[in-house]
Amino acid sequence: MNILQLAWLDYALLIALAGSLWVSQQRDPMRAYGWGLAFTATTAVCAFLAWLGFYLGSPTEAGTSLQDRLLGRSVFVLDELNAPLVPCLALIHFLTALATSRLKMRRFSFTWSLAAETIRLAMFSCKDPWILIGLMAASTIPPYIELASRGRPTRVYLLHMGLFVALLVLGQAAAGRGSVAGGATLAAVLLSLAVLVRCGTVPAHCWITDWFEHATFGIAILFLAPLSGVYAAARLVLPIAPAGVLHAIAVATLTTAVYSAGMAVVAREVRRFYAHLFVSLTSLVLLGLELDTLLALTGALCLWFSVTLSLAGFGLTLRAVEARFGRLSLAGFHGLYDHSPVLAACFLLTGLATVGFPGTLGFISTEMLVDGAIEIHPAIGVAVVAATALNGIAVVRAYLHLFTGARHVSTVELGIGSRERVAVLSLVVLILGGGFLPQPGVTTRERAASELLEARARIFNLGPRGHHALPPVPRPARAVADPSKGEAP
Amino acid sequence: MATNPHWLTWLGVVVVAAPFLLTVVLGAASMVGRRPGEEATVRWVQISVMAGFFAAILVLIGMLATGSRHVAIPLGDWVAIPRHYRFSVKFVFDRLSVPMAILSFALSGTIGAFASKYLHRESGFHRFFMLYSIFLLGMVVASLAGTIETLFAGWELVGLSSALLVAFFQDRPGPARNGLWVWVVYRVSDAALLLAAVALHHLRGEGDFDRLMGSDSWPGGHASLLPQQALVVGLLLLVAAAGKSALVPFSGWLPRAMEGPTPSSAIFYGALSVHLGAFLLLRASPILDASFALAATVVVLGLFTAGLAYLIGSVQTDIKSALAYASLAQVAIIVAEIGLGFRYLALVHLLGHACLRTLQFLRAPTLLHDYHTLENAIGEHLPETSVPWSRPAARRASGWIYRLALEQGYLDAILLQYVVRPFVGALRWCDRLERRWTDWLSGGASRESDRVRLHFGTLEEFS
Repeated sequence: MNILQLAWLDYALLIALAGSLWVSQQRDPMRAYGWGLAFTATTAVCAFLAWLGFYLGSPTEAGTSLQDRLLGRSVFVLDELNAPLVPCLALIHFLTALATSRLKMRRFSFTWSLAAETIRLAMFSCKDPWILIGLMAASTIPPYIELASRGRPTRVYLLHMGLFVALLVLGQAAAGRGSVAGGATLAAVLLSLAVLVRCGTVPAHCWITDWFEHATFGIAILFLAPLSGVYAAARLVLPIAPAGVLHAIAVATLTTAVYSAGMAVVAREVRRFYAHLFVSLTSLVLLGLELDTLLALTGALCLWFSVTLSLAGFGLTLRAVEARFGRLSLAGFHGLYDHSPVLAACFLLTGLATVGFPGTLGFISTEMLVDGAIEIHPAIGVAVVAATALNGIAVVRAYLHLFTGARHVSTVELGIGSRERVAVLSLVVLILGGGFLPQPGVTTRERAASELLEARARIFNLGPRGHHALPPVPRPARAVADPSKGEAP
Repeated sequence: MATNPHWLTWLGVVVVAAPFLLTVVLGAASMVGRRPGEEATVRWVQISVMAGFFAAILVLIGMLATGSRHVAIPLGDWVAIPRHYRFSVKFVFDRLSVPMAILSFALSGTIGAFASKYLHRESGFHRFFMLYSIFLLGMVVASLAGTIETLFAGWELVGLSSALLVAFFQDRPGPARNGLWVWVVYRVSDAALLLAAVALHHLRGEGDFDRLMGSDSWPGGHASLLPQQALVVGLLLLVAAAGKSALVPFSGWLPRAMEGPTPSSAIFYGALSVHLGAFLLLRASPILDASFALAATVVVLGLFTAGLAYLIGSVQTDIKSALAYASLAQVAIIVAEIGLGFRYLALVHLLGHACLRTLQFLRAPTLLHDYHTLENAIGEHLPETSVPWSRPAARRASGWIYRLALEQGYLDAILLQYVVRPFVGALRWCDRLERRWTDWLSGGASRESDRVRLHFGTLEEFS
C-alpha cells in the first residue's frame, strides 16, 4: 500500500477536532498556542497529503477510512472542485495561527479556531446537500460566540446568518420536493438568495462590513477568506438553477462587484476597506460561476483559489499592522514604511495579487474571467474590468495612506516578526509561484469547471459545454483574411 | 516563417531575462529583509543593464547580418485551454521593438549610473532601484511583446513602478497624493488596454500581433479587422495611450509626476514612460490604417494636446514642469505623426526626443550653473524667449490664454469637478445610508471605526 492511499482527509478532520478538544483543556495561553499550532500544522500536512493522493490518483485503501467505519459511507471526499481548496483552507488556518502575535494570543481562541477548522474542512469536502447545509449552519456559530464573548454587538450578524440558514433549509426542502421543471425554480431562487446573503451581495453586504467592525481580524480572515458562500453556490445552486436565476445572480453580483470596489476606494478605515474589497472580489468569483461557460467558470474557479490565498495574505499583513498600531484610519498618512519595509512590500504584493496584477496568481484568472464575460456580453466585461481597476486603486491608496507620510518615530522595534514573516512569505511564494506557472492550476480548475457544467447539462439535457445562462452576443463577423498578405484565417 | 538561428534566440532570451533577474534578486532581497548595500545594488544594476543592452545590440547585428527583419521568440502558451483560451508569451525583435529595447537599456543604464550618485546615502536608495528594476523589466517586456497580453503585463509593471516613484519622497503627503493621482490615471489606461486585448481576443481569437497585423514585418502589415471593429479596438488603444502619454484629457498627471526624484523624472516622464503610449500606437499602427475615423481622431488628439502643452509649458516657473510640458508637446506631435501615417518619422522622432529630454532632465538640477557658464562664455545675458501673448496678434486673447495655460487647461479641475467629486460624493452618500441601516439593525451606533483616530499612540512622536 502506498502511503498516499491512507485516509488523509479523515485524519485531517480528526486531528483538527481532537486538537480543539485538547487545547480547550489548556489554561496557559502559551501552551495553548503551542498545541494549537502543532494541531493546525499536522492538519495542514494531512490535508496536503490528501490532495496529493487525489492528484496522483491514489485511491484511499479500503479499511483505512474512518468514515466508512463510523458512518458506514464516505461523506467527506475530495473531487476536482474541492481538492485544492481543502489544503488551501488548512494552510490558511495554520499560517494565521502561526502569525498570531503574543499580544493577541489571549484573545485568539485556538479552541474555537480548531473547531471552526474542523467544520470548514468538513464543509469543503462534503457534497451531500443536507450535510453541507448543516455544516454551513454550524460554521456560523464560532464567529457568533467570538463576538458574544467579547461583548460586541451581534444583532446584524445574527439576523443575516439566520436568514441565510433559513433560506438554505427552505431552498433545499423545496429542491427535494420539486421536479426540475417546476418546484426546482423556487428552490433555486431560495438557495440563490441564501448564497447572495452569505457572500454579502448588495443590499445584504452590510453584515460583512459590520462584522469586520467588531470581530478580531484573525477570526475574520479564517471565516471569510475561503469564500464558503461560493462553495455553496457551486454545490447547491449551480447544478439546479435555471438560466433565468443564474442571470439574476449575475446581475446582482456584477452590481455588487462594482459598488463594493467603489466603496473600497472611498473607505476611511482599514477594516472597512478590507471588507469592501472582500465583497467585491467574492462577487467577481460568484459572477464567473453564474456566467456558466467553460472559460468564465474556469476563470472564476482560478480566481477563487487566487483570491483565497491573496486575501488571506493581505489580511495577515493588515493584521500584523494592526497588532502594532491598532485600528488605522485611511483619512491621513501614517508613514509606517520605515518601521517595516518588508511589511509594506508584503502589503503591496498581496494586495495587488487580489486584483490580478501581472506575475501573481490572480492575473491569468482575471484575464480568463474578463474574456469569458465579454464572450457573454461586452458590458459585463467592461464592468468586470471597472471593478478590477477600482480595486487596484483602492489597494494602492491604502498602501500610500498607511506607509507613506510623516515618518513615525518609535522607541520600540515595530518590524515584522519572524513568524509573521514566514506566514506572509509562504503565501507570497504561492501567489508568485502560481503566477509564473499557472498552467497546472488552470488545468485542474478547467476539469472542475467541466464537471460542474456536465452535471448541469445532465439535469437540463443540454450539450456538455453548450449552455449559457445569458444569451451570448453574436460574435462579430471577422474580416476576411488575405492569404497573399500572410494573414491568418 | 524562417527559423531563427539558435544563438539569436538565446540572445533574445538574455535581453528579457537580464532585467527579470535583476527584479528577482532585488525583490527577493527586499522580501527576506536582507537588502544589499549600495555598491552591491549598483553592481547588480550594471551587470543586468549591460547584459541586456549588449544582447540587444548583438540581436540587431545578427538581424542585419542575416537579413532578417523579424525575429520571433515564442516561449509557448503560458496558459491554454484547448479550443477555448490561449495566453501565449512571445517576444518579437523587429524594426520597432529593437530600437525601443536598446533605447530602454541605454537610457536606463545612464540614469542608473546618475542615480547611484544622486541618491547616494538616501534612505530610499534600495527602494528606488527596486522600482527601477520593475520599470526596466516592464519597458523591455512591453517593447518586445509579440502579443497584446504580454504587452499588457509590461504596461502594468511600468505603471505601478512609475506611480510609486512619484511617491518616492514619502515623508510628505504631497508626493503620495500625486502618486495616487498618477496611479488612478494609469488604471484607467490599463483598463482600456485590457479591454482592447480582450476585444481582440474576442474578434480574432488571439492577441498575437503577427496574426493580427499580418506576417509583414513592421511597419508593414494589414490589420485583419473590419473598419468598425478597428475603430472600437483603436479607440480603446487610444485611451490607453492617452493615459500613459498624458494626452488630453489626462495631461494633469504630468506636473504631479515631477514630485519624484530627478532620475525618475528623467527616465519616466522625459524619456521612456511617456513615450510608451506612442509606442503602443506605433505597434498597433495597422489598426489605425483600417479606419480613417480612428486615424483622424489620433491626429486631432495629438495636435490639440501639442498646442495645449506648448501653451501650458510657456508659463511654467520651474524647470522640471517646463521640461515636462515641452516633452508632452513633442510626444503629442509624435502621436499626430503616427495618425498621419509617418511611422518611421515618428519612431526617429521618439528616439531622438527621448535622448535629448533625458539629457535636459538630468541637467535640470544644475540649470543655473549651466546658464552662468553659457553667459560667461558668450559675454552677455541669454536672450529672453517670447511667449504667445507677447505678440500683438495674440494680445486681445492673451488674458484668456494666459489663464488657460496657468490653470493647465483646466483639465484636472474638470476631472475633479465632473468625475471625481460626483463619484466620491455618491459613494459617501451610500456609506451614510449603510451606516443608518446598520445602526437601525443594531439598535445603536454600529461603527467602532468612528472611534479610530487619525494618528495612533500617545507616547509616539512624529518627526
